[in-house]
Amino acid sequence: MSLLQIRNVSKLFGGLAALTNVSYDVKQGEILGLIGPNGAGKTTLFNVVNGFYPPSGGEVFFKGEKISRLKPHQICKLGIARTFQVVRPLQRMTTLDNVIASAFLRAKDKAEAAEMALENLRFTGLYEDRLVVSKSLPLGKRKKLELTRALATKPEMLLLDESFAGLNPSEQNELIEIIHKVRAKGITIMVIEHHMKVIMSISDRIVVLNYGEKIAEGTPKTIGSNPLVIEAYLGEEHHA
Amino acid sequence: MKKFLPLSIFLLLCVLPLIGLSTYVMHILVLLIMWSVIGMGWNLLGGYCGQVSFGHAAFFGMGAYTAGLLYFHLGWSAWWGLLASLPVLLVTSFVIGFICLRLRGAYFALATLALGEVLRVTAENLVKFTQGDIGILIRQRTWVEKTWYYYIILLIAAGTFFLVKRVIESKWGYYFVAIREDQDAAESLGINTTLYKTISLCLSGTLTGIAGAFYMNYMGYIDPTVVFPLYDISIVTVMVVMVGGVATYWGPAIGALVMVFLAEIIRSMPKVGAAHQTLFGILLIFIIIFLPNGIGGDYRKFARLFKPRGARP
Repeated sequence: MSLLQIRNVSKLFGGLAALTNVSYDVKQGEILGLIGPNGAGKTTLFNVVNGFYPPSGGEVFFKGEKISRLKPHQICKLGIARTFQVVRPLQRMTTLDNVIASAFLRAKDKAEAAEMALENLRFTGLYEDRLVVSKSLPLGKRKKLELTRALATKPEMLLLDESFAGLNPSEQNELIEIIHKVRAKGITIMVIEHHMKVIMSISDRIVVLNYGEKIAEGTPKTIGSNPLVIEAYLGEEHHA
Repeated sequence: MKKFLPLSIFLLLCVLPLIGLSTYVMHILVLLIMWSVIGMGWNLLGGYCGQVSFGHAAFFGMGAYTAGLLYFHLGWSAWWGLLASLPVLLVTSFVIGFICLRLRGAYFALATLALGEVLRVTAENLVKFTQGDIGILIRQRTWVEKTWYYYIILLIAAGTFFLVKRVIESKWGYYFVAIREDQDAAESLGINTTLYKTISLCLSGTLTGIAGAFYMNYMGYIDPTVVFPLYDISIVTVMVVMVGGVATYWGPAIGALVMVFLAEIIRSMPKVGAAHQTLFGILLIFIIIFLPNGIGGDYRKFARLFKPRGARP
């Protein structure tokens, strides 16, 4: 069954169409890669799914329930968590407090929230940094913190917005491993990524956006050889 | 040791009047503790939740006027007025929050700034209801001595301190700080930011208003320019917390100590007395530049300032 259904979603900013009639499904348990050139509307789509923007047209359904036009905190409560492209840790809080703040969503009391937070920090390998004030963490760890925080809300679905950007190869491999572990927990993942090697290796399926429209959908293999996709990325003259 | 600090300070303040202080010193102490309460109230909203208000005089004045008007129109004791002001403040804070908290950052600050002024002008002009500029006078204050007022405000302050500490260490506290640090991130982590900002404002406004209702009882006289002024209440409230330490438990008390004494010292100086607002302004600039976290937040830095040059690391 499809966990998330995106149906004819459009988003206009004034006269500019950031998304035009985008429709696709995300199946339970899969890792779906969302790619496209800069300005294709990937983050806008995340913002629509996550509730930051109401769609100008179309609907989004999560577990069969309409979630478009709900507020972000309500959507998070229903089980969709996200990370941000530009990391947004709660700067003057420690790593642990960051995660506790989000664990409170499902925890009864502070003890339970702290326990959940520590568990998630161990899971992503940030346990040693739990008492560091988050603004002094290096980028790689901040990205991990974003992920940890999202996981602490016990999501059924995780939206990862360029979690790999700016990471060195060893950090990337570490993160790929964590993402596989997250999936093994039964969490469905939709991931925006520019790094082709990463996206091709972790995704079960890929959706390609260009100028706000979906131009292709399929397995990494078929996407890699799709002429429309190659054209969008490389331009026509390189086609031959 | 640190755990017993609040209790030991409370006990110390309890026995302080027994050594026989002059009426003037008692008056200063009462004002000082009252300002700590206002500061702690402001700190909940401005310090922890990051919603900086330049209009806390609105809540202070509302508390004072609730007590005052109940006395004036219905003949209630203004102490009952203090209790009666609690629901009034909660409801009005909620309404104000509903309107102002849609705005963010500087826009929220401006809205609260306007709010304080709107209430002052309203109180000045609703002459039949509020007596306008004539103000409200309690004909017979409960006690002539300051001692009982001192103990009452001390009790209110202790309660406020305890309440703030409980709130900040709970889920609400985490949510307030999360909202301060990044409202969008907080929202996407499942925090109903509008709700928690409103809760913060209701608590903050109510605590400040209690101090206002106490002021009515204590001074026995209020008028719109005394309880709703922009400079003497709203701005001084912000300064008390900024000087003492934003988002710290002891900041408001430290700030109140500094500000009340400073105000008294400056006012007692001939010639400069009238310029106390100018001096406060200069002080605020220095605090923002050199001690952005206030004395309470930057106390290590502050202590270093007084060490001889060679001792600095």
